[in-house]
Amino acid sequence: MVGKAIRKYWPVFVLPTFAAFLIGFVWPFIWGIYLSMCQFTSVKKATFVGFDNYVKILADPTFSHSFFLTVAFAVISSILINVLAFTVATMLTTNMKGRNVFRTIFFMPNLIGGIVLGYIWQTILNGLLSMWGQPLLALSAKNGFIGMLILLCWQQIGYMMIIYIAGLNNVSPDLTEAAAIDGATSWQTLFKVKIPMIMPSITICTFLTLTNGFKMFDQNLSLTGGEPAKATQLLALNIYETFYSRSGKQWKGIGQAKAVVFFLIVVLISLIQLRTTSKREVQA
Amino acid sequence: MMKFGKLFAAAASAAMIAAIAAVPAAADDASVYYLNFKPEADEAWQELAKAYTEETGVPVTVVTAASGNYETTLTSEIDKSDAPTLFQVNGPIGLANWKDYCLDLTGSEIVSNLTSDAFELKDEDAIYGIAYVIESYGIITNKTLLEKAGYTLDDIKSFDDLKAVADDIQARKDELGVKGAFASTGMDGSSDWRFKTHLANLPIYYEYQADGIDNTDAIKGDFLDNYKAVFDLYITDSTCDPAELSAKTGDDARAEFLNGEAVFYQNGSWEYSSLAENFSDDEIAMIPIYFGVDDENQGLCTGTENYWCVNADASEEDIQATLDFMNWCVTSETGTDCMANTMGFTIPFKTAVESPNVFVKQDAEYTANGKTPVSWNFTTMPSEEWKNGVGSALTAYAAGTGDWDGVVSAFVDGWASEAALAG
Repeated sequence: MVGKAIRKYWPVFVLPTFAAFLIGFVWPFIWGIYLSMCQFTSVKKATFVGFDNYVKILADPTFSHSFFLTVAFAVISSILINVLAFTVATMLTTNMKGRNVFRTIFFMPNLIGGIVLGYIWQTILNGLLSMWGQPLLALSAKNGFIGMLILLCWQQIGYMMIIYIAGLNNVSPDLTEAAAIDGATSWQTLFKVKIPMIMPSITICTFLTLTNGFKMFDQNLSLTGGEPAKATQLLALNIYETFYSRSGKQWKGIGQAKAVVFFLIVVLISLIQLRTTSKREVQA
Repeated sequence: MMKFGKLFAAAASAAMIAAIAAVPAAADDASVYYLNFKPEADEAWQELAKAYTEETGVPVTVVTAASGNYETTLTSEIDKSDAPTLFQVNGPIGLANWKDYCLDLTGSEIVSNLTSDAFELKDEDAIYGIAYVIESYGIITNKTLLEKAGYTLDDIKSFDDLKAVADDIQARKDELGVKGAFASTGMDGSSDWRFKTHLANLPIYYEYQADGIDNTDAIKGDFLDNYKAVFDLYITDSTCDPAELSAKTGDDARAEFLNGEAVFYQNGSWEYSSLAENFSDDEIAMIPIYFGVDDENQGLCTGTENYWCVNADASEEDIQATLDFMNWCVTSETGTDCMANTMGFTIPFKTAVESPNVFVKQDAEYTANGKTPVSWNFTTMPSEEWKNGVGSALTAYAAGTGDWDGVVSAFVDGWASEAALAG
């Protein structure tokens, strides 16, 4: 019955989304790639210059600096977020009192926008740093970097926690019971039963945290603004600044070319990550 | 769940209706869309636009870009089908980006109304922009507090005088009930333009004067020691610890000045409307940023970074409507009155009304007394990137995490490399 209806009405379900995808993603994407080979101030008046822009990226030391900083940031933040989110999720799937309240509270930071969070945390962290006599966020690359880590962890742990909770709740009690009867300790149950069973959740969470770490922009902009002297500038902000804070029309094209390179890097890394983690997924 | 669904549907349809209602009536006739650069004048522009529409029936939309986001907003707006018909550039460097979009204003009525052709922004022979407001900046002084400390404005005639007075006030700050002589030198990215752009204008100005030039690809930094002296004075005789400046904003500084916690506050004539709420005209004054070079003759820093440009790609009717609107703003009674009295602008047009802005009047007085106004040369700074570099270096220097050589290098080497890149 359902199959028949779908066969008849599939365009109703597919076409709106497909059209939105074409208009909102595919077309701008193709246009973006074209613009990366142009010199332009606004997209309507672009002159084609070929691969010049890509060559110029290589000569830009700020791009390579922010690239390596972003890699470090994405890796460290994904590890921290996933470990902490999993720990919180494990605690909140036990029969502790008020767990729903805690789940809600942990999830809430996710509902606040990145720019706002950045400014709030800037005030908090600068207050603490000034109390401890430390250089403020905009003055010390180390403090800025740690500040961004704290901010992103605080924002994302709740979201990943929800995914892990869903995963943990789906681990059949039969398996954990069987493990308990066989005499497994709780650590053994965790590592040999639960974690293999929730590999799909781990895959999706690592994917999300890695790509979020790579793409982080608004938190970076509002928390440190790349200060001191671009030392905490991540890739997305580097692209933004290439685009907007340089004079002369050649820069927009270079910024666009950086964005294309950025896209390729993120896709490549996410594909590798998806392959490696999904290999470890098991069926019960 | 059903109930929620219904509620949601109702909300969604209400939103849609609201969206439909918000779409302006199809414009058969010409209209004007002004992308305004000055957030502090937004309210006044909205009213002026309304007044124009009431008088002529031509719809005028004024949108104001958030502070520091003008280029971003303009870049995205200019591509829309209803792009701004009137926008701003900040001078020759800004014009380099937008030249292809600017209508040559040669021969238009508004150009003939300018008081001097110095207010035309030209590229080769075409007039792409015209200055519509002349502003001054210097050190805004709380005269009441200054007198309480035992000084008058006549005691400050040079950098050395200023330093002596400020040092004395700083030493007696508790007795005088202030937090410091100077309001905090806020180096937060949103407001460090007061120092990386406006204060940095002085060493550039004096170097241009000494060399007899008005632009350069390689600044030498001959007057950076004076720049350091003034900046040192600002951050030493200040309301807060220099290590905290990176998080301080211009709003903080204004609040300190308004609360009478600081005697001096570097900013410009555009601050008049916010300061006038608390102070009468007799209580505040603006003095030159004495630089220790030619203090005897130095006046306020006076110039413009606000040039009107008309979008050359707009339809002919819209272009005409825009030119009419611009002209109306600077010639009609309502327009000139609003620009002078509400916005507090001095406009460089023959029909201008005298502004009640006390800082603007002072600028005229200084000039009448034979002082030379310092021109605005920061419009020749090679890029935003250069300003940001100087700003970062200044912030680090103030906090002690960097040294002055860093500022010199950002200023001199940064200029050369940015100028080379822009070329």
